[in-house]
Amino acid sequence: MTKEQADNGRDDMVIDGPGQANAVPDEFNANYLRIYYGKLFPHADMFKWMSYGNDGKHPGCDKSYFGRREFSFTLENDIYIRFQSFNSVTELENSIKEKCPFKIDIGPVYSVDPAKRHAYAQSGDNVFTPVERELVFDIDISDYDDVRYCCTGADVCLECWPLMTIAIKVIDTSLRDDFGFNHILWVYSGRRGVHCWVCDGKARRLTNEQRAAIADYFYVYKGNENSHKKISLPGLVLYPFLARSYTEVLKGFFEAKLLPNQNLLASEERYEKILEMIPDASVASELRRRWQENKRASMSKDDINIVRWEQLKSILQSGKQKMQGLRRCVEEIVFSYTYPRLDMEVSKHMNHLLKAPFCVHPKTGRVCVPIDPNNCDEFDPTTVPTLSQLLEELNRGGPRQDAENEWDRTSLGESVTIFRTSFLQPLLKSCKEEIENSYNAKLQQSKNALSWSHVSLKVLLNRTETDLSISSTHSSETLYEVVLMYTY
Amino acid sequence: MEVVQSQRKSSSNNVIVSILPLYRSAPPLEVRLEDFEFFAIDRLRVLKGLSDGLCRGKKPEEMEKLVLDLWKANMRHPQAVEEVNKDIISHFVLRLVYCRTEELRKWFLSMETTLFRHRFRWGSSEAQRALMSEFKLPYKAVSNAEFESLKDKLGQVARSMGQTLAAADAIFYKVPFEEVPDLVAGRRVFIHKGHAYVAINQVVSLVVTQFRSYLSKALILTNRKWTSTIREQEKDRLTPIVEALCTSYLGPDYSQQQEFGEISIKDIDQVAKTSFPLCMRHLFEKVKEDHHLKHGGRMQLGLFLKGVGLKLDDALAFWKAEFAPKVSAERFDKEYAYNIRHNYGREGKRTDYTPYSCQKIISVTPGIGDHHGCPYRHFSEENLRAALVRMGVSSRAVEDVMDKVHNRHYQLACTLTFEAVHGSSCDAGINHPNQYFIDSQRVLQSKNGSVA
Repeated sequence: MTKEQADNGRDDMVIDGPGQANAVPDEFNANYLRIYYGKLFPHADMFKWMSYGNDGKHPGCDKSYFGRREFSFTLENDIYIRFQSFNSVTELENSIKEKCPFKIDIGPVYSVDPAKRHAYAQSGDNVFTPVERELVFDIDISDYDDVRYCCTGADVCLECWPLMTIAIKVIDTSLRDDFGFNHILWVYSGRRGVHCWVCDGKARRLTNEQRAAIADYFYVYKGNENSHKKISLPGLVLYPFLARSYTEVLKGFFEAKLLPNQNLLASEERYEKILEMIPDASVASELRRRWQENKRASMSKDDINIVRWEQLKSILQSGKQKMQGLRRCVEEIVFSYTYPRLDMEVSKHMNHLLKAPFCVHPKTGRVCVPIDPNNCDEFDPTTVPTLSQLLEELNRGGPRQDAENEWDRTSLGESVTIFRTSFLQPLLKSCKEEIENSYNAKLQQSKNALSWSHVSLKVLLNRTETDLSISSTHSSETLYEVVLMYTY
Repeated sequence: MEVVQSQRKSSSNNVIVSILPLYRSAPPLEVRLEDFEFFAIDRLRVLKGLSDGLCRGKKPEEMEKLVLDLWKANMRHPQAVEEVNKDIISHFVLRLVYCRTEELRKWFLSMETTLFRHRFRWGSSEAQRALMSEFKLPYKAVSNAEFESLKDKLGQVARSMGQTLAAADAIFYKVPFEEVPDLVAGRRVFIHKGHAYVAINQVVSLVVTQFRSYLSKALILTNRKWTSTIREQEKDRLTPIVEALCTSYLGPDYSQQQEFGEISIKDIDQVAKTSFPLCMRHLFEKVKEDHHLKHGGRMQLGLFLKGVGLKLDDALAFWKAEFAPKVSAERFDKEYAYNIRHNYGREGKRTDYTPYSCQKIISVTPGIGDHHGCPYRHFSEENLRAALVRMGVSSRAVEDVMDKVHNRHYQLACTLTFEAVHGSSCDAGINHPNQYFIDSQRVLQSKNGSVA
């Protein structure tokens, strides 16, 4: 097979031997993407997910539900189209295959089909408005640049990636134990972070204010370069969620991994950053003095960071410290280095668009695969399948008998399986139950239609319910009555 | 009929009177035409006074006193029934007035909710419990057994706030967490599996949320009816009154440039030194230093400059030139120009965005790499002092400013800075960065007879 044939990206890439013939040049391009969307992208699964059980025959199903969801596509050459909507899995699939978007974003479910929004916008406010949207979180490792020295910006390696792992653990545990959510999907963002989709019905129906409240609940980190004290943990004890996160995840990770791997106390430049966080200058000076003296001496065989950390802890946590600000200083240091840093704006608004799982990241070629929170320690961003790798695997498989489930022949199969078994299937089961229960409840309720306010209105105006117009011949009515008629 | 004190329920004839109406029902009344308008104006004085108090960063105790004073001054009536009627009537009239745009609704909702919150807290605990049941909140008190099993965690939450779990607090309510967003946001309640355990004294939050949500929906319904029916039908009676009631109660929003007309790029450097408030100075300096600003900063500074009088073409040229060392002209056009045009209302839904007020800027939390938000709130003491000195504030004035900052009165801090830098007083206080700019230019102009 010549290079030309490989680059053509034609579907019938039959190979006659192993070796370099399978190799796909390592680029991200529209042709590769076309094949990906043609054979690997799990359109049907995405459709099932986004339908939340409304694609069945149950009378309680809302047939319009999927069609009211906004998608947006970023096409080649950065052309960006919003308010895409589809009425069936076929429409979704065909549009993706035809337009071959470099990125697919998922928006909220609106009150009406986004394609028809202009028709509705005129008749009063808020008629075209989001009505449901998953609770989402976005964690980006470049927000941790001030605490990792191995990489900066868009780079990620196995030394710093664990910061994402512990973020997942902290947030996931809280979402389940504190907030009672069950259907949570974590996704690798393709380069340097993770996204979280909370898909319980209750979560999807949260208002912006409630989303902001949850984001604020998680918010601890306060810093930017203009303020030194980046985390403040007042109070006599830590709030239960923070205490649990500290003892179960953050402390262990900081002391055993981050501290030694990033050499946080090994050099003056680095330990100064920690000393800066100690509000008592005399304590900080004492430690500084000790560490400067010990710079050259070879100490015990233990890692220098760990030794120094023990010294720091023993001074700060000794009974002698009376100063208020020192009480939680050790925890504050650990939190400021390890506690999850969320992008608050992403979570607070229903209309925020977020990249869809299983997209391919244009800069890395990696697929945005799900991460199982129960096994997140094992997740390795450097071995996530890339587009070219997947195409290579497809080639290797030889001619296919059936066009279904191509991903099983590739590394993507594992990700699709995780998606289905740990997320999609339990979710859909729960959705079906919800639809049934809600349908039955509505049947009961339809008997109690008349609200008491109508009764009062009748009494007030001494008219029949239907006659709500004012005629100018009724001179005895006051403006007050008119106001009431229209305002409550 | 006794004089109404907020703690006592008044006796009355058959009219339904609860001291704190929920504005869900309206008893049959006769209202004189003049009262219609006067009542509404009196209530508006209360709401406007509240709004001012909030803008000035008054502490909670000060706000309580303020609300009480405002209410006494404007809404009191020797007869309890009359007071309640005025309360209800004025509320409904203002609903009509303030239902008509998103901005008006937001303001009205915010003020009425604040008013309600304070009035609820004045009430005795029986009055409060009675109100709670009126809201038909289906939340039960936590059983003793469940309380025992959760006592440790509840105590932990209390201690994390610097409080203790007294015996009196043994009454807790179990509610879905989404009913008490502000308590959750502040980590002031224990939550478990989606339930929040609310102490009796936190119940205010519960009730206020219900009140707010009801009123929010009612306003939207009212607006629909207004637009579809009333406005036209009542154009000779109600409509002129309603429209007159609404004007100029929210303060100027600086979306149109005013007396100073245009500012061109060559002027910016100069006026930045003399007339920008600290928040904008900081952003301006950073963009010159880093040749970049993140989104929040670009919005805050960009809209401010628009309010100051920078035209779209000049704005595009300004940002492009500042970013040039890091961003090629091509990339600029691709990634940044659209947003700037959007801010000026030339793209998308063509909203001409208004520059951010102090309230909005203070409420924002800058993250890593951000320079927006209110520096009086977010800068460390050291950095803030240094910045003030660079602005030319004397060391005595710096102490005064820092004192305000420590008490979280950020706008007062900015006002003091203004006064120190310009050597003249600013009685109205600073509520908006563009107001700072305009006032500054005014002072300088009167000193030099020209735009400094």
